[in-house]
Amino acid sequence: MPNELLKIENLEIVYKTDMETVHAVNGIDLSIHEQETLGLVGETGAGKTSTALAILRLLPDRTAKATGRILFQGEDIAAMSDEALRELRGGKISMIFQDPMTSLNPVISVGHQIAEALALHNTQNKTKEEIEARVEEILELVGIPANRKNDYPHQFSGGMKQRVVIAIALSCNPQLLIADEPTTALDVTIQAQVLAMMNELKERLKTSLLMITHDMGIIAQTCEKVGVMYAGEIIEYGSVEDLFEGKQHHPYTIGLFQSIPDIEHKKERLEQIDGLMPDPTNLPKGCKFHPRCKQCMPICREEAPGVYVEGEHRIKCHLFGGTSR
Amino acid sequence: MGQIPLIETVHLKKYFSTPAGPLHAVDDINLKIYTGKTLGVVGESGCGKSTLGRVILRLIDATAGQVLFEGEDILTLRPRQAKELKKQMQIIFQDPYSSLDPRLSVSELIAEPILLTKTLHGKAEVNRRVAELMDIVGLAERLAVAYPHELDGGRRQRIGVARALAVNPKFIVCDEPVSALDVSIQAQILNLLMDLQKNMGITYMFITHDLSVVKHISHDIAVMYLGQNVELCSSDELFANPLHPYTKALLASIPLPKLNRRMSQREVIHGELSSPISPKPGCRFAVRCPERRPECTGENIPLVEIKPGHFVSCIQYAKG
Repeated sequence: MPNELLKIENLEIVYKTDMETVHAVNGIDLSIHEQETLGLVGETGAGKTSTALAILRLLPDRTAKATGRILFQGEDIAAMSDEALRELRGGKISMIFQDPMTSLNPVISVGHQIAEALALHNTQNKTKEEIEARVEEILELVGIPANRKNDYPHQFSGGMKQRVVIAIALSCNPQLLIADEPTTALDVTIQAQVLAMMNELKERLKTSLLMITHDMGIIAQTCEKVGVMYAGEIIEYGSVEDLFEGKQHHPYTIGLFQSIPDIEHKKERLEQIDGLMPDPTNLPKGCKFHPRCKQCMPICREEAPGVYVEGEHRIKCHLFGGTSR
Repeated sequence: MGQIPLIETVHLKKYFSTPAGPLHAVDDINLKIYTGKTLGVVGESGCGKSTLGRVILRLIDATAGQVLFEGEDILTLRPRQAKELKKQMQIIFQDPYSSLDPRLSVSELIAEPILLTKTLHGKAEVNRRVAELMDIVGLAERLAVAYPHELDGGRRQRIGVARALAVNPKFIVCDEPVSALDVSIQAQILNLLMDLQKNMGITYMFITHDLSVVKHISHDIAVMYLGQNVELCSSDELFANPLHPYTKALLASIPLPKLNRRMSQREVIHGELSSPISPKPGCRFAVRCPERRPECTGENIPLVEIKPGHFVSCIQYAKG
């Protein structure tokens, strides 16, 4: 068993404004081991991005409050000094944001933007020339000719820009890469190229990956472990085999699978999950999925379900009994 | 089929002029859509699929060619006649966040097309129709006074559907109507659109980049690449027996939610969309094509019928 790289214990994130209190993440536990890829899948508002931002302590500190523990290599992120955090961000952990169009600076050349990350994390006291050489090396790594390093973001297509963003993220050899919907803004053929490249680089550089997505297809293609999020909770967790081929599932996971039009078998009608995601300012009592659940029982309306555990597979649902935690 | 198609395009072209030369957004498209059927149009961004939808609706003027509605060319109609025709043809837009006026309430939004086309007169009648439409698309009555910002994407898209239905059209262009929605909500809207077709016999042109969605909803599918139609056939045929290398590449690129098809085992096509400005004659996909031959460039490759109902534009099949 490889070492545990990141461990999250009972993380809760609350956004508080004068008007309302949003419960974005409600007590999640997860861990990522070295060289492992964990996927977090869920719909808009499930708390996926809040979780990612909390790992890097990037949540707005005026409005957001995170409780629980996030340990990176055994060190509590909440207790880190500003200096240690600067080293962590972009150094040991880096992040790829969803939209490559807005995450690059339009007035700085891409080579310079990659060099910036390298200069900030220059622990080996590299010279300017060495940094430049590394910039060229990393550009080639993500499939961009090194002679384009002096070009500006607008001279690249969407897929190429996302490659630049990935190059910046990988430039300092991070141990953990957080990818927040890295291919959502891209076309399918370009998405396939970028995913294939990420898979290959992850193997080569031995980086762990936290893949955040709403697309079950991407999870199946890239991940080893999966957490399904709903209303700020991980309602099902397990290996991809547990999730895609296991027999027992949370009703939401089943609903999510049935909502996807199947490309191999034609269905007359999609099985839909009725209703909407609950309002995070006013979450339902008991199981948060019960108002939309087809198998809702009286107990679901009253008590939050415990976790049913079978090996690595965890399901948070009353259907399977489960031990409360 | 002996019947007249509801919509037919004949050598339809739309070129935009740019400083660098003409941009071939829609280049010689010949399609037929029959009453009560759905034609899916798939392709990646920039392939001209939205422009095609807009040219058919006369929201943009075509450069050349014809659009026949029940056999009549609508591109030559005078403005007044064209306005009448808009009652027959409607559109549902992609983004339910930017396509609704934020200052109108739900009932005002749905009443707007009715008042503009003067299909109904009198407040009571309009209100009755609005209530009826809200019921059809599954919007609760209490939402009549709500504003778009109070609603989620799925409900906003239902308003978009109700607005399109308001004037009882025969034909609706759905321009990526579910791309901005989460999967569980996407399934709700797709089911709604299919129910409407079954109950009212509406004809759709469904524009999307999502192949699994297009397979689910369409009877026939046209695959577009850089303004051209490269493959056209029935939905089942396209997925069972794709012929054009681009179609094959598209199908291979979809990340399937299944474990037996991990990415590493599949081939990805390299390169990106080339420029649609002043394209050279020949196959526009040739630069990325794994099955490229010297004959691919130089001469335009026609769309030919390989077997009944299956059209492909590829050199491999051109001289068969």
